[in-house]
Amino acid sequence: MCLAFPGKIISIDENNQAVIDVEGTRRETSLDLMDEAVTIGEYIVCHAGFAIHKVDEELALEQIAMLRQLLEDEI
Amino acid sequence: MKYSDEYRDPALVERLYAGVRDVAAGIDAPVTIMEICGTHTHAIGRFGIKSRLPDTVRLISGPGCPVCVTAVEDIDRSILMARLPGVILTTFGDMVRVPGTDGDTLERARAQGADVRVVASVMDAVKIAAAEPQREIVFLGVGFETTAPTVAATLRRCRERNVRNFSVFSVHKVIPPAIQVLLDDPLLSVDGFLCPGHVSTILGVDAYEPIPRRGKAAVITGFEPADILQGVMMILTQIATGKVDVEIQYGRAVNREGNPVARKMMSEVFRPMDARWRGLGKLPGSGLALADEYATFDVFNRFDIPTVESKEVAGCLCGGVLTGRKSPADCPLFRTRCTPAHPVGPCMVSREGTCAAYYRYY
Ligand code: SF4
Ligand code: SF4
Repeated sequence: MCLAFPGKIISIDENNQAVIDVEGTRRETSLDLMDEAVTIGEYIVCHAGFAIHKVDEELALEQIAMLRQLLEDEI
Repeated sequence: MKYSDEYRDPALVERLYAGVRDVAAGIDAPVTIMEICGTHTHAIGRFGIKSRLPDTVRLISGPGCPVCVTAVEDIDRSILMARLPGVILTTFGDMVRVPGTDGDTLERARAQGADVRVVASVMDAVKIAAAEPQREIVFLGVGFETTAPTVAATLRRCRERNVRNFSVFSVHKVIPPAIQVLLDDPLLSVDGFLCPGHVSTILGVDAYEPIPRRGKAAVITGFEPADILQGVMMILTQIATGKVDVEIQYGRAVNREGNPVARKMMSEVFRPMDARWRGLGKLPGSGLALADEYATFDVFNRFDIPTVESKEVAGCLCGGVLTGRKSPADCPLFRTRCTPAHPVGPCMVSREGTCAAYYRYY
């Protein structure tokens, strides 16, 4: 139930409501719970109609790289 | 979905299985790991992870789904509210099928004429309130720290806009008291916890500090196979080295301090109350009631709700399942009288419920 998913911000209106793109579908998302500023083009984690976290693209990629390295180091 | 293919990469997943085996081989005793979150239970089943772990590593499920832990009297009271004239009761999808006393459900109330509507977000419920000003819209709010802030943020907006026909029946719960109960349970021997991903997006690491203080491992973990396997490996590594801590595997959605904005909103709009959990009983400070400044949005100030005599479904072992003491297979109703199509107990309702996950995958 508290599943959340990443989406890319398409637009933000004056009520702090964003439209995000999740795998090609558009959803309305409130930014009222965000603890850092976000802008169009950035990714957020969305839960039940609210953005709850900015997805740090770099961190995500870094984690993947780390996993791949584990793979190379034969763990 | 972005950022998921990489975490299902078969080569990577195979390596992580090998890694888990290696670390497990260095630990003398068998290890029991509890996943607190029902979405983990679901994912572990879906990706067949249990059967591929070494025999010495056992995964068990805990009280991770707010739908499952909603007390039977709260279900009964929400059904009463739904039947009040002029009321539209709104809630998340799974809640309409959770059985109250004698198997009564919101779904049944709806079939008998009550206006019960499923929403994907609490904001959708407020939209109904705007569209139907002559009706009273009640939102049955369930969820942990991930979901409660969405209700808090919405109520702040409702107060700003002076919305008058919207109220909340808050059965929200917070995770730390439940973890304390698990840690204090003398019958439960768990060596490490896979901590919930998105609850931790809000909470950060602090909420889990009691776990390493009890000498147990804790890793905040994501929901893809590579996440779960890496989480298991990190737990095993903590146990193997004797250095237990709260670690974050799910760094792309969780940081150490969590989301302070969401927590602040939660503490502004709600106040702690004692709440009854299905399976765990009454836990002090584990529920969220509306704070005084938000009292006009509290259903209990708006309607006269009679007390009800509630009772658990006879024979349902959900209490044991939710505390990790029983497996669904121990329940005589499992797969016979109780199935996802006809759930007898709450653990069979939501896809994240332990019994529903076991029904599908084991
Ligand atoms: S995702 Fe959230 S609601 Fe669902 S089982 Fe996990 S903690 Fe519970
Ligand atoms: S199988 Fe059904 S009745 Fe038995 S514990 Fe699970 S939900 Fe309850």
